[in-house]
Amino acid sequence: MLVPITWLKEYTDVPDSLEEYCERMIMSGSNLEGVHSYGQGIEKVVLGKITAIEPHPDAEKLVVCQVNIGEKEDLHIVTGAPNVFVGALVPVALHGSKIPGPLHGQPKKEGGELIQRGSLRGVLSDGMLCSLEELGFEDKVVPVAHREGIWILNHTVEEENLGSDFVKMMGLANQVVDFEITPNRPDCLSLLGMARETAATFQVPMRYPNTALRTTEGDSGDYVQVEIKKPDLCRRYLARVVTDVKVKPSPWWMQKRLMLAGMRPINNIVDITNYVMLEYGEPIHAFDIRQIEGKKIVVDTADPQETFTTLDGIQRIMPPRTLMIKDGNRSIGIAGIMGGLNSEIVEDTKTILVEAANFNGDAIRTSSKKMGLRTEASARFEKGIDPNLCGVAAERVVQLIEELSAGKALAKPVDVYPSPMMPTSCMVRASRVQKIMGIHISPETIRETLERLEMVVEDRKDFFLVTPPTVRQDLVKEIDYVEEVARIYGFDRLPVTVPKGNSAASKTRERMLQDLAKETLCALGVYEAQTYSFVSQKTADLMRIPPSGEERDFVQLINPLGEENSVMRTMLLPNIMEVLGRNYNRNREQVRIFELGNIFRKTGGLEEGLPLEKVSLAMGVYGKEESFYTLKGMFIKLLEKLGVTDITFQANETIERYHPGRCGDIFLKGKPVGTLGEIHPEVVGNYELDTRVFGLEVDFQKVMEAAETMRYFTPLAKYPSISRDIALLVEEDVTVGRMEQVIRETGTELLEQVELFDVYRGNQVEPGKKSCAFTLVYRGKERTLKEEEVGLVHNEVLKALKEKTGAMLREI
Amino acid sequence: MKEKLSNILTEAMTQIEGANSLNAMEEIRVRLLGKKSPLTEILRSMGKLSHEERKDLGREANLVRERIEEALEMKWGEVKEKAQKERFRLEKIDVTEPGVPYDLGARHLITITIDEISRIFMSMGFSVSEGPEVETVFHNFDALNAPKNHPSRDLTDTFYITEDTLLRTQTSPVQVRTIQSQQPPIKVISPGRCFRCDTPDATHSPMFHQIEGLLVDEDISMTDLKGCLDVMAKQLFGSQTKTKFRPHYFPFTEPSAEMDVSCFKCGGKGCSMCKGSGWIEILGCGMVHPHVLEVGGIDTEKFTGFAFGMGVERIAILRYGVDDIRLFYENDLRFINQFK
Repeated sequence: MLVPITWLKEYTDVPDSLEEYCERMIMSGSNLEGVHSYGQGIEKVVLGKITAIEPHPDAEKLVVCQVNIGEKEDLHIVTGAPNVFVGALVPVALHGSKIPGPLHGQPKKEGGELIQRGSLRGVLSDGMLCSLEELGFEDKVVPVAHREGIWILNHTVEEENLGSDFVKMMGLANQVVDFEITPNRPDCLSLLGMARETAATFQVPMRYPNTALRTTEGDSGDYVQVEIKKPDLCRRYLARVVTDVKVKPSPWWMQKRLMLAGMRPINNIVDITNYVMLEYGEPIHAFDIRQIEGKKIVVDTADPQETFTTLDGIQRIMPPRTLMIKDGNRSIGIAGIMGGLNSEIVEDTKTILVEAANFNGDAIRTSSKKMGLRTEASARFEKGIDPNLCGVAAERVVQLIEELSAGKALAKPVDVYPSPMMPTSCMVRASRVQKIMGIHISPETIRETLERLEMVVEDRKDFFLVTPPTVRQDLVKEIDYVEEVARIYGFDRLPVTVPKGNSAASKTRERMLQDLAKETLCALGVYEAQTYSFVSQKTADLMRIPPSGEERDFVQLINPLGEENSVMRTMLLPNIMEVLGRNYNRNREQVRIFELGNIFRKTGGLEEGLPLEKVSLAMGVYGKEESFYTLKGMFIKLLEKLGVTDITFQANETIERYHPGRCGDIFLKGKPVGTLGEIHPEVVGNYELDTRVFGLEVDFQKVMEAAETMRYFTPLAKYPSISRDIALLVEEDVTVGRMEQVIRETGTELLEQVELFDVYRGNQVEPGKKSCAFTLVYRGKERTLKEEEVGLVHNEVLKALKEKTGAMLREI
Repeated sequence: MKEKLSNILTEAMTQIEGANSLNAMEEIRVRLLGKKSPLTEILRSMGKLSHEERKDLGREANLVRERIEEALEMKWGEVKEKAQKERFRLEKIDVTEPGVPYDLGARHLITITIDEISRIFMSMGFSVSEGPEVETVFHNFDALNAPKNHPSRDLTDTFYITEDTLLRTQTSPVQVRTIQSQQPPIKVISPGRCFRCDTPDATHSPMFHQIEGLLVDEDISMTDLKGCLDVMAKQLFGSQTKTKFRPHYFPFTEPSAEMDVSCFKCGGKGCSMCKGSGWIEILGCGMVHPHVLEVGGIDTEKFTGFAFGMGVERIAILRYGVDDIRLFYENDLRFINQFK
């Protein structure tokens, strides 16, 4: 909300220091978007009058103007502006003057523009005639008549004023504060609303405009009847008729205020309606009464598939249930959004109907969104407006029309307002205010604070009965009033205390285990990634997920930003692949990365309506030292740290995203929890890597369930151990896992440890075979073992290995 | 005989003197004192002599032996020291060569920041709890007192899965879940992912992280809210940090405020980081709206509470000077590696 300070001062007192004003407004709840200063950076620009115009001898598009600036000699100024004429009053930038710019057709320069006397195509120019933009106004607020040329004043000025300082004469020096209005305070989308906030903050009086009309005659009802067919969507419709209208530009003071507040002046009638909207926050519309057929205004929803041409000349299709303003035959405006081209105010308009109505905010909002048309009016209606404003705002419009001699007002409006909005009161206890604020603020202060906000406060002994003005529709419950007291009192004045009570803090077990996992993986040289929870559905194809794969059970977004973020991830591995690919293509030779995060499946959610959401862990590595076994080794170390035991691996040749010979299912206590393997070369290629990649993904929820971080003491071994190294010659397809299993099964309780220390294939063994070397450690718990008893057990182990795996003992 | 002994001694001294390695020393020792040495031979041949002669010669011979041993010992130390010196000289290395590269991973900056903030609140007695990323409209909006027509509910602002489920736009629904499942005193923080329809650029991301906090107990007031967040700000940004609470509006708190901290770069004088104001907006907070407490059946006359929420990326960007929010999700190792 742009608030020009000079305008605001009409309604209340504003401190001289803008800095102080802004700071205290911020602290009472009116935050700032910024402050704009107009009239700054303008030096040596004076008022001039064009006394003669001659063509430029060398340039078709330029003219040479003779300009009287109150000196003996006229200046000669070359301009390309097409709108100059003899007698025009114009701003003249003299030799050595400064203007903020930007110059016509050029980008804005920091620090503005310096204007010098100079030659333009061979003709000396003593300075420059300025446009509104060149003097600091934005293009969007500049009146259409001035847009393609210089600024020509539309009022008369005494001769003696020629040459006087333009900034001073036109009152260009202005500060405009841009307030951020929160959605709960639509009443502040108005000058009067911000004046009320100012008055309450600085404890100064309010001055409301005097809207009393001079006329006492005439009834708008003679011109028009109003019918509201949809009372749920239109609470009030008030119409006032003005005759003998003279459409012309509005006076400079009004144009200036509109421009400073961000609106483009159009003509006196439209400007007055906009002025009052900015002043009261009530959108006003004016119709040319010649175009209202059947002397009738009907408020009703649009016909099915109705097309309607709005003021901006665009033909639009009305969405269903759009509220329309109709006459006896047809639509003449979209209620609360924009008027129709068929009834707009034109130059020869003589009689107008001024509409001040109250439309349902949700309905306006829905229609405005559906047709993609948001206006100053709809933005106000959609937040909810006090219907009581219609009366005073419409009165203000016709009063201004009277004041500006723009027409003849009729004394009596047509007002359809079947159920007027009454003020509602609320019980406010001082004790409650004190409890929430945490201080002993006195009931007197509370009362006085609420009164500053124009509320009526009645003392009912145990509580105050508070009645706010109806513009404050945000005030409903006691807590709303507590907030009012607190913000006006000042949050910064409240002391600082430490909350009572001393509870012991804890992390959830899940959080603790995830933190531990992250720390452990980092210690193992793995980096943590965080990737988007939403991905492209194509990731399933890139990962070679089969059509029936559960990884295609996607949760879909209704309104994604794009296909690449359209479904929730069902696995983390594709994201890991993407990260690996990105780093690979940025020339990283080796990468170890993991992500611990949620994955989603459409089916299987625990809570009704919500999808399945669970924590997953994925890791991916590439680089010349990496292999299936480095990844497996890191993963096993992680599980060790988490106290997860009973993990086994089993080859699985059927998972499409892995190398069929280098992939295993991971089992936890015999149940599958994930997979680990070399990523299929095609998948690797899909992610633009040209190296071997190893990856794993496990259901971390299951890992956490099995985790045990508590540790217990085991007495240190008292008796010496006996180790036996064996090398076993076996067929290639005999797995190390199987051999270990046989060794453990037959090693009795004396066998303490089995460890593979070498696998050999080559010249020393037959083709198709391999030699696996293990160390077996035997130890007695209660005594020193004798060589003979170890020998007995060891021979049994070898025998079983031979029988069950065909392993032959080989000399080391 | 005596002359022989004296020759042996002279000869031994010459040999010992000439020794230059530990191996040579050992050889000399064997030659001079071993079983086949001239000295041993003399001692062995003494049996033929008279008692007197034997006694006399024996004493002489032992004297020679002792002197040889003494000389050997002295020379041994000398040679050993020399040998060690030589070894050290040969084994000299270039200490400026790099160490063997062991790679240490790094946690993501998001994790680090959440962890830092969580620790501060845990030290004040807040427990950590989490909720789902896909939420119900009820938990994300309705229960949080968001008006039915609040713009944040629009399809242009919020990602929807169905009419009733969405990607949470804030971590506040965890507040609701906590209130529904627990009676006061409640003291939790909940970090997590949030989603809003923002096209990614240097300052926007459709996915980001928040940390939400909630304290509900008897007699909790705005002064407690200020105190608690003031402590947090001082711990996070340094003990010199000042805080400022500006009134604001959120549907689920009332009164509501935004908290600014004094700029930790310029100390409040005004710089590019704080855009000249000396203050930096950090979080939103307020007293929990009675409507929200009522969702959990909490007696709003007896219990009051405060809540606050802050953006994790924003804090990380401010603290670490990261200049583009997209870096968080690119996962370039050169980025992650900086925050080891």
